[in-house]
Amino acid sequence: MSKFRKKTKVKQDIPTSSMPDVVFMLLFFFMVTTELRKTAVDVQQRIPQATQLRKLQRKTLVTNLYIGEPKKSEQYGTEPKIQVDDTFIETGDIILWVNRKKDELPENEREQLTIAMKVDSEAKRGIIADVETELRKANARKILYAALQKTEKR
Amino acid sequence: MAKPLPEIPNASMADIAFLLLTFFLVTTTMPNDKGLSMQLPPPPEAQTEDIKIPERNMFKIQVNSSDALLVEGEPMADVSGLKDMIKKFILNNGADPKNSDSPEKAIVSLKTDRGTTHKRFVEILDIAQAAYYDIYADQAGVTNEEFRKVASDLNDPENKRIYDKGREGIPMNISIAEPTKAGGN
Repeated sequence: MSKFRKKTKVKQDIPTSSMPDVVFMLLFFFMVTTELRKTAVDVQQRIPQATQLRKLQRKTLVTNLYIGEPKKSEQYGTEPKIQVDDTFIETGDIILWVNRKKDELPENEREQLTIAMKVDSEAKRGIIADVETELRKANARKILYAALQKTEKR
Repeated sequence: MAKPLPEIPNASMADIAFLLLTFFLVTTTMPNDKGLSMQLPPPPEAQTEDIKIPERNMFKIQVNSSDALLVEGEPMADVSGLKDMIKKFILNNGADPKNSDSPEKAIVSLKTDRGTTHKRFVEILDIAQAAYYDIYADQAGVTNEEFRKVASDLNDPENKRIYDKGREGIPMNISIAEPTKAGGN
Protein backbone atom coordinates (compact mmCIF):
# COMPACT_ATOMS: atom_id res chain seq x y z
CA MET A 1 0.00 0.00 0.00
CA SER A 2 2.62 2.41 0.99
CA LYS A 3 4.08 2.08 -2.47
CA PHE A 4 1.32 4.17 -3.93
CA ARG A 5 1.30 6.85 -1.31
CA LYS A 6 2.35 10.15 -2.69
CA LYS A 7 5.36 11.74 -1.19
CA THR A 8 4.21 15.30 -1.30
CA LYS A 9 0.82 16.05 0.19
CA VAL A 10 -1.01 18.76 -1.70
CA LYS A 11 -3.91 20.38 0.06
CA GLN A 12 -7.03 19.71 -2.01
CA ASP A 13 -9.86 21.25 0.00
CA ILE A 14 -12.11 23.86 -1.56
CA PRO A 15 -12.23 26.75 0.87
CA THR A 16 -15.71 26.76 2.38
CA SER A 17 -15.47 29.76 4.63
CA SER A 18 -17.05 32.01 2.01
CA MET A 19 -19.80 29.54 1.14
CA PRO A 20 -22.48 31.22 3.29
CA ASP A 21 -21.77 34.56 1.64
CA VAL A 22 -22.05 33.09 -1.83
CA VAL A 23 -25.29 31.33 -0.99
CA PHE A 24 -26.73 34.41 0.67
CA MET A 25 -25.97 36.40 -2.44
CA LEU A 26 -27.84 33.86 -4.55
CA LEU A 27 -30.68 33.96 -2.05
CA PHE A 28 -30.99 37.74 -2.23
CA PHE A 29 -30.88 37.61 -6.02
CA PHE A 30 -33.83 35.24 -6.12
CA MET A 31 -35.71 37.15 -3.43
CA VAL A 32 -35.46 40.35 -5.42
CA THR A 33 -36.10 39.09 -8.95
CA THR A 34 -38.92 36.64 -8.34
CA GLU A 35 -42.36 36.98 -6.85
CA LEU A 36 -44.51 34.62 -4.84
CA ARG A 37 -46.80 32.29 -6.73
CA LYS A 38 -50.32 33.53 -6.30
CA THR A 39 -52.24 31.07 -8.42
CA ALA A 40 -51.46 27.55 -9.50
CA VAL A 41 -51.99 27.59 -13.24
CA ASP A 42 -53.88 24.49 -14.33
CA VAL A 43 -53.77 25.11 -18.05
CA GLN A 44 -50.88 24.73 -20.43
CA GLN A 45 -48.88 27.88 -20.95
CA ARG A 46 -46.65 27.87 -23.98
CA ILE A 47 -46.54 31.63 -24.32
CA PRO A 48 -45.99 32.80 -27.92
CA GLN A 49 -43.06 34.99 -28.91
CA ALA A 50 -43.24 38.53 -30.23
CA THR A 51 -40.96 41.51 -30.77
CA GLN A 52 -43.08 44.56 -29.97
CA LEU A 53 -43.49 44.00 -26.25
CA ARG A 54 -44.76 46.63 -23.88
CA LYS A 55 -44.24 46.50 -20.17
CA LEU A 56 -47.13 46.93 -17.81
CA GLN A 57 -47.06 50.11 -15.83
CA ARG A 58 -48.70 49.19 -12.56
CA LYS A 59 -49.06 45.71 -11.23
CA THR A 60 -52.09 46.49 -9.05
CA LEU A 61 -54.19 47.27 -12.10
CA VAL A 62 -53.41 43.99 -13.81
CA THR A 63 -55.45 40.82 -13.62
CA ASN A 64 -54.42 37.58 -15.21
CA LEU A 65 -56.66 35.41 -17.33
CA TYR A 66 -55.28 32.09 -18.52
CA ILE A 67 -56.48 30.16 -21.55
CA GLY A 68 -55.18 26.79 -22.64
CA GLU A 69 -55.59 23.06 -22.63
CA PRO A 70 -56.13 21.76 -19.07
CA LYS A 71 -53.11 20.02 -17.59
CA LYS A 72 -55.29 17.32 -16.07
CA SER A 73 -56.75 16.30 -19.41
CA GLU A 74 -58.23 13.03 -18.13
CA GLN A 75 -60.37 15.06 -15.77
CA TYR A 76 -61.24 18.16 -17.77
CA GLY A 77 -60.80 17.05 -21.38
CA THR A 78 -58.51 18.50 -24.02
CA GLU A 79 -60.57 21.52 -25.10
CA PRO A 80 -58.96 24.83 -24.08
CA LYS A 81 -60.43 26.27 -20.91
CA ILE A 82 -60.44 29.68 -19.26
CA GLN A 83 -58.87 29.94 -15.84
CA VAL A 84 -58.96 32.86 -13.42
CA ASP A 85 -57.90 32.90 -9.76
CA ASP A 86 -57.47 29.13 -9.36
CA THR A 87 -60.80 28.17 -10.94
CA PHE A 88 -62.07 27.37 -14.41
CA ILE A 89 -64.85 29.63 -15.59
CA GLU A 90 -67.17 29.68 -18.58
CA THR A 91 -67.36 32.60 -21.01
CA GLY A 92 -70.70 33.65 -19.50
CA ASP A 93 -69.12 34.26 -16.08
CA ILE A 94 -66.52 36.71 -17.33
CA ILE A 95 -68.60 39.87 -16.90
CA LEU A 96 -69.30 38.96 -13.27
CA TRP A 97 -65.64 38.22 -12.66
CA VAL A 98 -64.50 41.49 -14.25
CA ASN A 99 -66.96 43.46 -12.13
CA ARG A 100 -65.69 41.74 -9.00
CA LYS A 101 -62.14 42.65 -9.97
CA LYS A 102 -63.17 46.24 -10.61
CA ASP A 103 -64.78 46.42 -7.17
CA GLU A 104 -61.44 45.60 -5.61
CA LEU A 105 -59.85 48.69 -7.16
CA PRO A 106 -60.34 52.26 -5.94
CA GLU A 107 -63.08 54.01 -7.84
CA ASN A 108 -60.91 56.36 -9.86
CA GLU A 109 -58.79 53.53 -11.22
CA ARG A 110 -61.50 51.08 -12.24
CA GLU A 111 -61.42 52.08 -15.88
CA GLN A 112 -57.71 51.36 -16.07
CA LEU A 113 -58.04 47.69 -15.22
CA THR A 114 -55.86 45.72 -17.60
CA ILE A 115 -56.51 42.10 -18.39
CA ALA A 116 -53.34 40.17 -19.10
CA MET A 117 -54.35 37.34 -21.41
CA LYS A 118 -51.92 34.50 -20.94
CA VAL A 119 -52.90 32.29 -23.80
CA ASP A 120 -51.30 29.06 -24.89
CA SER A 121 -49.80 29.12 -28.41
CA GLU A 122 -51.99 26.27 -29.59
CA ALA A 123 -55.28 27.69 -28.31
CA LYS A 124 -57.71 28.64 -31.06
CA ARG A 125 -58.91 32.14 -31.86
CA GLY A 126 -62.54 31.09 -31.38
CA ILE A 127 -62.46 30.88 -27.61
CA ILE A 128 -60.25 33.97 -27.34
CA ALA A 129 -62.65 36.00 -29.49
CA ASP A 130 -65.53 34.91 -27.23
CA VAL A 131 -63.58 36.10 -24.20
CA GLU A 132 -62.83 39.40 -25.93
CA THR A 133 -66.52 39.95 -26.70
CA GLU A 134 -67.37 39.41 -23.04
CA LEU A 135 -64.60 41.77 -21.95
CA ARG A 136 -66.00 44.41 -24.28
CA LYS A 137 -69.42 43.96 -22.71
CA ALA A 138 -67.88 44.20 -19.25
CA ASN A 139 -66.09 47.37 -20.34
CA ALA A 140 -62.63 46.09 -19.51
CA ARG A 141 -61.11 47.09 -22.78
CA LYS A 142 -57.45 47.34 -21.96
CA ILE A 143 -55.90 43.99 -22.65
CA LEU A 144 -52.44 42.61 -23.10
CA TYR A 145 -51.54 39.40 -24.87
CA ALA A 146 -48.69 37.98 -22.85
CA ALA A 147 -45.69 37.22 -25.01
CA LEU A 148 -42.02 36.50 -24.64
CA GLN A 149 -39.26 38.49 -26.27
CA LYS A 150 -38.34 37.01 -29.61
CA THR A 151 -34.66 37.12 -30.33
CA GLU A 152 -34.38 38.80 -33.67
CA LYS A 153 -32.41 37.18 -36.42
CA ARG A 154 -29.70 39.39 -37.75
CA MET B 1 -6.55 37.39 31.28
CA ALA B 2 -8.70 37.43 28.18
CA LYS B 3 -12.26 36.30 28.30
CA PRO B 4 -13.23 33.85 25.55
CA LEU B 5 -15.23 35.81 22.97
CA PRO B 6 -18.82 34.64 22.66
CA GLU B 7 -19.21 33.25 19.16
CA ILE B 8 -22.12 32.05 17.07
CA PRO B 9 -21.24 28.77 15.46
CA ASN B 10 -21.16 29.44 11.75
CA ALA B 11 -20.44 26.02 10.35
CA SER B 12 -24.13 25.45 9.65
CA MET B 13 -24.67 28.90 8.19
CA ALA B 14 -24.26 27.65 4.63
CA ASP B 15 -26.82 24.90 5.21
CA ILE B 16 -29.35 27.35 6.59
CA ALA B 17 -28.81 29.70 3.68
CA PHE B 18 -29.18 26.81 1.23
CA LEU B 19 -32.46 25.84 2.84
CA LEU B 20 -33.78 29.37 2.54
CA LEU B 21 -32.58 29.53 -1.06
CA THR B 22 -34.35 26.28 -1.92
CA PHE B 23 -37.51 27.54 -0.26
CA PHE B 24 -37.51 30.68 -2.41
CA LEU B 25 -36.67 28.76 -5.55
CA VAL B 26 -39.68 26.52 -5.05
CA THR B 27 -42.30 29.03 -3.93
CA THR B 28 -41.61 31.92 -6.29
CA THR B 29 -41.90 32.47 -10.01
CA MET B 30 -40.20 34.81 -12.42
CA PRO B 31 -42.73 37.53 -13.19
CA ASN B 32 -43.60 37.87 -16.85
CA ASP B 33 -45.63 41.01 -17.31
CA LYS B 34 -44.76 41.82 -20.87
CA GLY B 35 -46.84 41.45 -23.95
CA LEU B 36 -48.67 43.04 -26.83
CA SER B 37 -50.81 45.86 -25.55
CA MET B 38 -54.23 46.34 -27.13
CA GLN B 39 -57.37 48.38 -26.73
CA LEU B 40 -60.62 46.58 -27.49
CA PRO B 41 -63.42 48.41 -29.31
CA PRO B 42 -66.55 49.51 -27.37
CA PRO B 43 -69.22 46.89 -26.65
CA PRO B 44 -71.04 45.54 -29.73
CA GLU B 45 -74.48 47.06 -28.94
CA ALA B 46 -73.06 50.54 -28.33
CA GLN B 47 -71.65 50.69 -31.82
CA THR B 48 -73.27 52.87 -34.41
CA GLU B 49 -74.32 51.41 -37.74
CA ASP B 50 -71.68 50.24 -40.16
CA ILE B 51 -69.72 53.03 -41.72
CA LYS B 52 -68.59 52.35 -45.24
CA ILE B 53 -64.84 52.53 -45.44
CA PRO B 54 -63.35 52.98 -48.90
CA GLU B 55 -61.46 49.94 -50.11
CA ARG B 56 -58.19 51.80 -50.40
CA ASN B 57 -58.16 52.73 -46.73
CA MET B 58 -58.39 49.14 -45.59
CA PHE B 59 -55.35 46.89 -45.44
CA LYS B 60 -56.89 43.47 -45.22
CA ILE B 61 -55.06 40.60 -43.62
CA GLN B 62 -56.96 37.35 -43.40
CA VAL B 63 -55.82 34.17 -41.71
CA ASN B 64 -57.69 30.91 -42.21
CA SER B 65 -58.11 27.93 -39.93
CA SER B 66 -54.91 26.29 -41.18
CA ASP B 67 -52.92 29.47 -40.43
CA ALA B 68 -52.51 30.40 -44.11
CA LEU B 69 -52.31 34.09 -44.87
CA LEU B 70 -54.19 36.24 -47.37
CA VAL B 71 -52.95 39.82 -47.66
CA GLU B 72 -55.09 42.21 -49.73
CA GLY B 73 -56.55 39.20 -51.53
CA GLU B 74 -53.20 37.64 -52.36
CA PRO B 75 -51.86 34.52 -50.64
CA MET B 76 -48.63 35.14 -48.78
CA ALA B 77 -46.30 32.46 -47.49
CA ASP B 78 -43.39 34.55 -46.22
CA VAL B 79 -44.30 37.27 -43.74
CA SER B 80 -40.93 39.05 -43.78
CA GLY B 81 -42.13 41.68 -46.29
CA LEU B 82 -45.44 42.31 -44.58
CA LYS B 83 -44.18 45.00 -42.21
CA ASP B 84 -42.88 47.17 -45.04
CA MET B 85 -46.10 46.68 -46.97
CA ILE B 86 -48.11 47.94 -43.99
CA LYS B 87 -45.76 50.89 -43.48
CA LYS B 88 -46.06 51.84 -47.14
CA PHE B 89 -49.82 51.52 -46.92
CA ILE B 90 -50.09 53.81 -43.88
CA LEU B 91 -47.66 56.48 -45.06
CA ASN B 92 -49.07 56.64 -48.58
CA ASN B 93 -50.89 59.98 -48.18
CA GLY B 94 -52.92 59.43 -51.32
CA ALA B 95 -50.00 58.89 -53.70
CA ASP B 96 -50.76 55.33 -54.76
CA PRO B 97 -54.47 54.73 -55.51
CA LYS B 98 -54.25 51.25 -54.01
CA ASN B 99 -52.96 52.50 -50.66
CA SER B 100 -54.47 54.77 -48.02
CA ASP B 101 -55.60 58.41 -48.35
CA SER B 102 -53.90 59.51 -45.14
CA PRO B 103 -52.43 57.85 -42.05
CA GLU B 104 -55.48 58.96 -40.06
CA LYS B 105 -57.88 57.11 -42.31
CA ALA B 106 -55.74 54.01 -42.80
CA ILE B 107 -57.03 50.91 -41.09
CA VAL B 108 -55.19 47.64 -40.79
CA SER B 109 -57.84 44.97 -40.59
CA LEU B 110 -56.90 41.59 -39.18
CA LYS B 111 -59.49 38.90 -39.67
CA THR B 112 -58.92 35.42 -38.37
CA ASP B 113 -60.89 32.22 -38.25
CA ARG B 114 -62.12 30.51 -35.11
CA GLY B 115 -59.63 27.77 -35.89
CA THR B 116 -56.57 30.02 -36.23
CA THR B 117 -54.00 29.33 -33.55
CA HIS B 118 -53.11 32.02 -31.06
CA LYS B 119 -49.46 31.72 -32.05
CA ARG B 120 -50.17 32.78 -35.63
CA PHE B 121 -52.46 35.57 -34.47
CA VAL B 122 -49.79 37.00 -32.18
CA GLU B 123 -47.23 36.77 -34.97
CA ILE B 124 -49.36 38.84 -37.35
CA LEU B 125 -50.49 41.30 -34.69
CA ASP B 126 -46.84 41.73 -33.75
CA ILE B 127 -45.95 42.63 -37.34
CA ALA B 128 -48.81 45.13 -37.59
CA GLN B 129 -47.82 46.78 -34.32
CA ALA B 130 -44.17 46.76 -35.36
CA ALA B 131 -45.11 48.76 -38.47
CA TYR B 132 -46.90 51.37 -36.35
CA TYR B 133 -44.21 51.57 -33.68
CA ASP B 134 -41.57 51.98 -36.38
CA ILE B 135 -43.50 54.91 -37.82
CA TYR B 136 -44.03 56.47 -34.38
CA ALA B 137 -40.41 56.03 -33.48
CA ASP B 138 -39.31 57.64 -36.74
CA GLN B 139 -41.60 60.59 -36.19
CA ALA B 140 -40.41 61.07 -32.61
CA GLY B 141 -36.76 60.62 -33.58
CA VAL B 142 -36.05 57.69 -31.30
CA THR B 143 -35.58 53.98 -31.92
CA ASN B 144 -38.49 51.56 -31.87
CA GLU B 145 -37.33 50.06 -28.60
CA GLU B 146 -36.97 53.44 -26.92
CA PHE B 147 -40.41 54.47 -28.09
CA ARG B 148 -42.05 51.42 -26.57
CA LYS B 149 -40.18 52.03 -23.33
CA VAL B 150 -41.38 55.62 -23.30
CA ALA B 151 -44.94 54.52 -24.02
CA SER B 152 -44.89 52.31 -20.94
CA ASP B 153 -44.39 55.22 -18.58
CA LEU B 154 -46.41 58.27 -19.57
CA ASN B 155 -46.40 59.91 -16.15
CA ASP B 156 -43.05 61.46 -16.93
CA PRO B 157 -43.73 64.70 -18.90
CA GLU B 158 -40.67 64.17 -21.11
CA ASN B 159 -41.90 60.69 -22.03
CA LYS B 160 -45.37 62.06 -22.69
CA ARG B 161 -43.91 64.68 -25.03
CA ILE B 162 -42.03 62.07 -27.06
CA TYR B 163 -45.06 59.81 -27.10
CA ASP B 164 -47.39 62.55 -28.33
CA LYS B 165 -44.91 63.65 -30.94
CA GLY B 166 -44.65 60.11 -32.27
CA ARG B 167 -48.38 59.46 -32.33
CA GLU B 168 -49.34 62.83 -33.82
CA GLY B 169 -51.76 62.37 -36.69
CA ILE B 170 -51.31 58.62 -36.84
CA PRO B 171 -53.72 56.66 -34.68
CA MET B 172 -53.01 52.97 -34.30
CA ASN B 173 -55.94 51.64 -36.30
CA ILE B 174 -55.55 47.91 -36.00
CA SER B 175 -58.99 46.41 -36.26
CA ILE B 176 -59.54 42.85 -35.17
CA ALA B 177 -62.62 41.55 -36.91
CA GLU B 178 -64.98 38.95 -35.52
CA PRO B 179 -63.54 35.58 -36.61
CA THR B 180 -65.17 33.49 -39.30
CA LYS B 181 -66.51 30.09 -38.38
CA ALA B 182 -65.07 27.82 -41.08
CA GLY B 183 -62.63 26.08 -38.76
CA GLY B 184 -65.32 25.13 -36.25
CA ASN B 185 -65.21 25.92 -32.56
